[in-house]
Amino acid sequence: MTIAINVKNLGKQYKIGAAETKFRYNMLRDVLMDTFYAPVRIAKAMIGKSDRRSNQNFVWALKDVSFDLEEGRVLGIVGRNGAGKSTLLKILSRVTEPTVGTVSVRGRVGSLLEVGTGFHPELTGRENIYMNGAILGMRRAEIDSKFDEIVDFSEVTQFIDTPVKRYSSGMYLRLAFAVAAHLEPEILVVDEVLAVGDAEFQRKCLGKMGDVAQQGRTILFVSHNMSAIMRLTQETIVLNKGQLLMRGPTQEAVDFYLSSGQAQAGERVWDVKDVPASSAPFRPISLKVKNGSGKVVDTVRSTEPVTVEFEYQLDAPVTGLRVGFYLSTMRGEYVLASFDTDEPNLFEKFDSRKSGRYISRAEIPADIFNEGRYSIGVNASSFGVRRYFMDENAIAFNVDISGAPGTHWPEPRVGPVRPRLNWKIEKLD
Amino acid sequence: MTELTKHEPATIYIKPSKGLAALNLRDLWVYRELIFFMVWRDVKVKYKQTLLGMAWAVIQPVMTMLVFTFLFDKVAKLPTDGIPYPVFSFTALLPWGLFVTALNQGSRSLVAHNNMVTKIYFPRLILPMASVFAGLVDFAIAFVILIGLMFYYQVTPAWNIFWTLPLFLLLAIITALGVALWLSAVNVKYRDVNQALPFLTQFWLFATPVAYSSSVISEKWQILYSLNPMAGVVNGFRWALLGSGNGPDITLWVSATISILILISGLFYFRSMEKTFADTI
Repeated sequence: MTIAINVKNLGKQYKIGAAETKFRYNMLRDVLMDTFYAPVRIAKAMIGKSDRRSNQNFVWALKDVSFDLEEGRVLGIVGRNGAGKSTLLKILSRVTEPTVGTVSVRGRVGSLLEVGTGFHPELTGRENIYMNGAILGMRRAEIDSKFDEIVDFSEVTQFIDTPVKRYSSGMYLRLAFAVAAHLEPEILVVDEVLAVGDAEFQRKCLGKMGDVAQQGRTILFVSHNMSAIMRLTQETIVLNKGQLLMRGPTQEAVDFYLSSGQAQAGERVWDVKDVPASSAPFRPISLKVKNGSGKVVDTVRSTEPVTVEFEYQLDAPVTGLRVGFYLSTMRGEYVLASFDTDEPNLFEKFDSRKSGRYISRAEIPADIFNEGRYSIGVNASSFGVRRYFMDENAIAFNVDISGAPGTHWPEPRVGPVRPRLNWKIEKLD
Repeated sequence: MTELTKHEPATIYIKPSKGLAALNLRDLWVYRELIFFMVWRDVKVKYKQTLLGMAWAVIQPVMTMLVFTFLFDKVAKLPTDGIPYPVFSFTALLPWGLFVTALNQGSRSLVAHNNMVTKIYFPRLILPMASVFAGLVDFAIAFVILIGLMFYYQVTPAWNIFWTLPLFLLLAIITALGVALWLSAVNVKYRDVNQALPFLTQFWLFATPVAYSSSVISEKWQILYSLNPMAGVVNGFRWALLGSGNGPDITLWVSATISILILISGLFYFRSMEKTFADTI
């Protein structure tokens, strides 16, 4: 077999905490000094000599990753948020350069993330197909030969000479996807975590992936959805904090991932070294998801209330602090956002907080969630002043709907919520 | 979908680039169709949903020419080496317009297309290049007006215009591209460029002999003056089209050298910063 992808000692370093320096503008003197030194700083930065250690933290998003992938194989990639999955895909598709290590890739790399890149609202569907095709690296002759197929697939034949700004969002997405799907790269990269669009669109992406796999193309598939990983891949690698922990047959790798505690089983704990220095004086400690009986769980029943518990430390008194969370579906739709000082009486009491350890706890009532997986992002900020800490995907949990309204019909219900509504039926005659 | 592409796929090697990055012009050649499509799109979209459409390419320089004629010819009575002022200034406004478009569009090109930069690979040089080339279309349209003006004022160019004009046009493109490469790459990290552009454009216009003749600059300052590469371009256009000035002399060579230096340094600077674009944009 030929090797399609060869990755050797790959590493990527990112700069973090650049925001930290921004907040030092406390005094006019600082601002003036800063302005005075700006030309020097710019000159240094332009010749690439900015002092790396002076005021910026660096983090390895990917470190010492090596693997081979044979042509025609489908490889799953799993790992928590920030494990380096997307960075790896970005390097493979040459969007960003590695800091160390080498990769050799045999053939064209295409991804279903690129849908609609370069689409211009003023151009017609036809014009955008050519434009988008060229951006994705297709030759004009290649687009010509696939043009009819693309239009058929997109189901917008009638409107092909209408500017896409007049399209509905569904039509727009279908057209964009049709072009990307006909690129026929030797290697296809699918990052389901970042994929946008509705459930139908995601289903289409996965369907397309299945087709491509059957033609003997090489595929890299990133997902948080273990059942999709098990269905579509034979082999899987597990990434954690930028490092490759294991590679093996998908069943083994998924078991390893789920049992090694990385899968965030209802609790997230922050190490001191995981917290950016720019968060000070706020320091997150843990985030827990508890079921109706107070147990920390990964799966809650939709018929029970869910408690979200955020523990944190304030190393100095803070005024105007609010701590809260965002709840979203795994597809990235927000369900709600809530802060601990939303209630006026709590706001009065806790607007200024002394230093010390705190828990902010919220109870989400029963009968809210629909079936599926939800993500909680946490946020600690002073409104309009500064954001201390934010983790958009701090933890995720599953919802089991047995006993929820309408479950005697074995059909999926649309929407992220499935509340128990107060229905009344009156007979009028 | 059809079966796998028949040809043997090329292997791409990805590794961190060290020091001065190679220009990698081969990649640019592979993606030549994308340059064409970007230019085509820019031109096509530019005048969409405008009442006057392509006429704007003519209105802008003509209006500027009329204002200049009133201010600098009728009021200030600037010398023009014996050439009617309208045609004198319009000849300069053509390369100047090309330069300004390239400067403004080119400098913003990377940031304006950040969704492309952060999502897919293609030679990033294409973005500023396409912005500069798109300006050529406006240039060509306005050029037709210039020919009309020359007929009206009965200005006949010398026969060597057929090779001098293309050369000066090339010099204008080199200058515009060089500056666009520098500014677009800096703009990715420091959006100060956006703030500085209007001022820079205005300042540069005053430093270039568009509204006036460079002969008003005294002899001893001529070399210093020609450090502005656009001075060489504009004087060259006037000489090629109208026969004004002394033709190519030391000041032209100074300007041309500066232009080429800006382009080469711009290319290397752009290439060395290219690897960080997707991370910092």
